[in-house]
Amino acid sequence: MARSHKPVIWSLFAAGGTFSAFVTPVMILITGLAIGFGLLPAEALAYERVLAFVQHPIGKAFIFLAVFLPAWHAAHRLRITAHDFGIRADTVVMGICYSLAALATVMTVFVLLSI
Amino acid sequence: MTERQIDLEILRYDPDKDEEPAFQTYRVPCHEDWVVLDAINYIKDELDRTLSYRWSCHMAVCGSCGMMINGEPTLSCKAFLRDLPDRIRVEPLANFPIERDLVVVMDDFMDKLASVKPYLVPKEVKSVEDGSYLQSPAQLKKFKQYTLCINCTLCYAACPQFAHDDSFVGPAALALAHRYNLDSRDVGRRAREDVVASNAGIWECSFVGACSDVCPEHVDPAGAIQQTKIASTVDYFTDLVTPGRGK
Amino acid sequence: MSRKPYSRTVSTTGWWLDQPRYIRYMAREVSCVLIGAYTGVIVIGLMRLSDGPAAWAGFLEALQSPLSIYFHLLALAFALYHTTTWFNVTPKAMPVQVGETQLPGIFIIGAHYAGWVVVSAVALYLVGV
Repeated sequence: MARSHKPVIWSLFAAGGTFSAFVTPVMILITGLAIGFGLLPAEALAYERVLAFVQHPIGKAFIFLAVFLPAWHAAHRLRITAHDFGIRADTVVMGICYSLAALATVMTVFVLLSI
Repeated sequence: MTERQIDLEILRYDPDKDEEPAFQTYRVPCHEDWVVLDAINYIKDELDRTLSYRWSCHMAVCGSCGMMINGEPTLSCKAFLRDLPDRIRVEPLANFPIERDLVVVMDDFMDKLASVKPYLVPKEVKSVEDGSYLQSPAQLKKFKQYTLCINCTLCYAACPQFAHDDSFVGPAALALAHRYNLDSRDVGRRAREDVVASNAGIWECSFVGACSDVCPEHVDPAGAIQQTKIASTVDYFTDLVTPGRGK
Repeated sequence: MSRKPYSRTVSTTGWWLDQPRYIRYMAREVSCVLIGAYTGVIVIGLMRLSDGPAAWAGFLEALQSPLSIYFHLLALAFALYHTTTWFNVTPKAMPVQVGETQLPGIFIIGAHYAGWVVVSAVALYLVGV
């Protein structure tokens, strides 16, 4: 038997799982629910305010991590989940899952660099 | 002593006669303090001498009597009838080939145990004259939990990854490797990684955690595997940065 | 007497329905679909932001639609399930030994929840709740 290369993707999976465990619930609340349920005024997500955040180096770093880490965590877990549901074409599933994560990463980097 | 009539539905299989296993039901008058193993022993003694099953200590230390009791991997000597309904389904341990009746084929598991180098690989081999290896209580505590495995393989019966891929080294073998990896006298972690850190080793595990749920000795093989994933990942990246260091 | 071991087959698609612990495991695993989808929402939002105020306004309006609200409620439920299941296993993956005793898991888990509350409170404060 040979040592596996799984550590590469697993470290991303673990980092992403940790990041999303801490950050994703409050992010969902803020972006998707807080305004609708009256917790936040609509101006909280006003264009100028969000743009200023995303243009700031800290904002860029945060948004990058908030996409990159959960994307690769979700991609790897989805690959495993597909197997758990009986889908055995691992190479195909792997290709689809990691491509989606790569696409999200590339698009985010592109926007963050140009915004 | 009050007796309770229990129906045991046991999956039978005779390799000389049967094409596939089939259930046979026995009605057993049971004492209130009995375990399932007592009921099975009654069947063997009084009702059907042909029933085959493994057991030994009757006190949950030998690991011989593992079987599926109402779908749950259990030691039959630890399955108290007072906790069970009047109809009990008894099957051989899941995910193993059936040899005969409740006896499963354990050869593959034995091979896997051996494959993880379950022995001390010391830094320098000491002769008896050189004296003993010294180990503090704190160092012992670090790996003590993982020494408690009785090789009952209930964990393999609970593991869905092993159910679908029997090349998986499995919870007990990996917990045993972890026991040695954590031992302060041992330096064999890298040598074990050929098997432990292969795709059939820790990386087959998706942390379902059922193995730790059913373990009668609270070894927590799931925890052992996750800790090994972290250690192996650190080793992997260390090797990338400083190749050959770990050999 | 000859050996003729019999191998039982296990369903590759329905195995998890057999026990509650397997169903809970699959629920935890499926959380990744919602978290992945929400990450997609962030990426789309980022692109709308870079397209200018009108595009951003459209994005915000879409976020207030019933479909979006239901999606985010579902995503929040699964994200919280991911958070709790992730925190609950940290003592198993990273046990802490102090002297000769293991630190009780509840301290490690509690520290994670405390950190999570702090992170969430800070985020809500910064955004203006």
